[in-house]
Amino acid sequence: MDNNTIICRCSDLSLQDIRDLINDGYTSLEEIKRISRAGMGPCQGRTCSQLILREISRITGKDIHDLQPCTNRPPTMGIKLKTIADGRESND
Amino acid sequence: MIKSAEVVIIGGGITGCSIAYNLAKKGVKDVVVIEKDYLASGATGRCGAGVRQQWGTEMNCKLAMESIKFYETANEVLEYEGDIEFKQGGYLIVASTEKEHQQFKKNVKLQKSLGIEVNQITPEEATKIVPYLNTENIISATFCPKDGHLNPFTTTDAYAKAAKRLGVKFYTNTEVTGIKTDNTKITGVITNKGEIATSKVVNAAGGFSKEIGDMVGIDLPVYSERHQILVTEPVEPTQGPMVMSFSLNIYCQQTPVGAFIMGRGDANEPRDLRRTSSWQFLDEMSKTVTELLPALGGLRVIRQWAGLYNITPDKQPILGSVKELDGFYLAIGFSGHGFMLAPMTGLLLAEQILGEKTSIDISMLDKDRFERGELVLEPSVV
Repeated sequence: MDNNTIICRCSDLSLQDIRDLINDGYTSLEEIKRISRAGMGPCQGRTCSQLILREISRITGKDIHDLQPCTNRPPTMGIKLKTIADGRESND
Repeated sequence: MIKSAEVVIIGGGITGCSIAYNLAKKGVKDVVVIEKDYLASGATGRCGAGVRQQWGTEMNCKLAMESIKFYETANEVLEYEGDIEFKQGGYLIVASTEKEHQQFKKNVKLQKSLGIEVNQITPEEATKIVPYLNTENIISATFCPKDGHLNPFTTTDAYAKAAKRLGVKFYTNTEVTGIKTDNTKITGVITNKGEIATSKVVNAAGGFSKEIGDMVGIDLPVYSERHQILVTEPVEPTQGPMVMSFSLNIYCQQTPVGAFIMGRGDANEPRDLRRTSSWQFLDEMSKTVTELLPALGGLRVIRQWAGLYNITPDKQPILGSVKELDGFYLAIGFSGHGFMLAPMTGLLLAEQILGEKTSIDISMLDKDRFERGELVLEPSVV
């Protein structure tokens, strides 16, 4: 794959960016997420997480199954604040 | 693992990293930071990352003023190749009760006397700063344009990298399991990866600081409470300042990447160190924010998380040595404001550990002030 390939579309990170971070010592998905915002965008890491885990595995030599995925944080998909606020009113 | 060190710092958040950097900068050779997970994995990386000078006590005002001065030049001072993303869009704090309105009068008078650029303004003036602010229940507001927001991950990274260049050793994924003493002084630190002989230990463990105190039999007057935050999808720059209300229990800021982050706490939380998210928070926050800032109702929430406030009885930190045990130092109990005070915390602790005169007299921030009944209550906390 080309080093310019975009890995995280939400936060605009290329394969090269990810490889640089891993080589710089950020060798867990949680750390890469925090330092680069990979996986913090609207898709919640659905695209990039697996790709980044694979790169960590390749560079560090660790089995991908031994690598920790990120904590899944709610909500599952984007919801408008107003929708949640209104929903509360109708339930009161 | 290294066998001995001059100072061992427990906690790799912004506080621990800042103390390590300041010690190393003053020439201490063997400084070790022990972090049970990864850097900024605890309260630092979970915080709202706002920084403000608008406080109700002189001590907090001073600590915050000097810390913000540091953050203004931190990229250069720490020679950071990245960016700490300091945005000084101000803090707009609204008063929606008469009590708050009167408290803010006092706060502003104090802040101005210390040289903080701040004004109490009318609701109309507030809407010139945030046009979509709902002023229906607002009596007045205070605004300081120099307050702001940073990226907590890169800021911690900047401190850690600068500390590493000065020789500080970081052990991440390493948990402190015990502290060795001869009953009057510290002799070492036990971790799950080995022991380090040392005569000085700094407790900078944030939400877990009480547990570190327990290791040496010192009951620290702090507790940890879950506070939660949500973040929206990123949009065009819309809101300059952090908007905050103590009585409505909300702070809300647009970060430089465009996402809005907003948080609140709940004093009835069980004190069991939980850091999970709750639907009740999402529910309450959506209601509060769409009332105060109705225009944000159209934004989609994409993620929520939680972190721990380590809280003292007067909402001011506990800094410095303890009388029971030589070599045991505390940088705890920031009550939700450790990130914004970290530059000064690092300097002051380093000064005290080295026996220097501290830049600000912190003797009133010792842990025994509560026993003496000398609380200095901070009234302005979310």
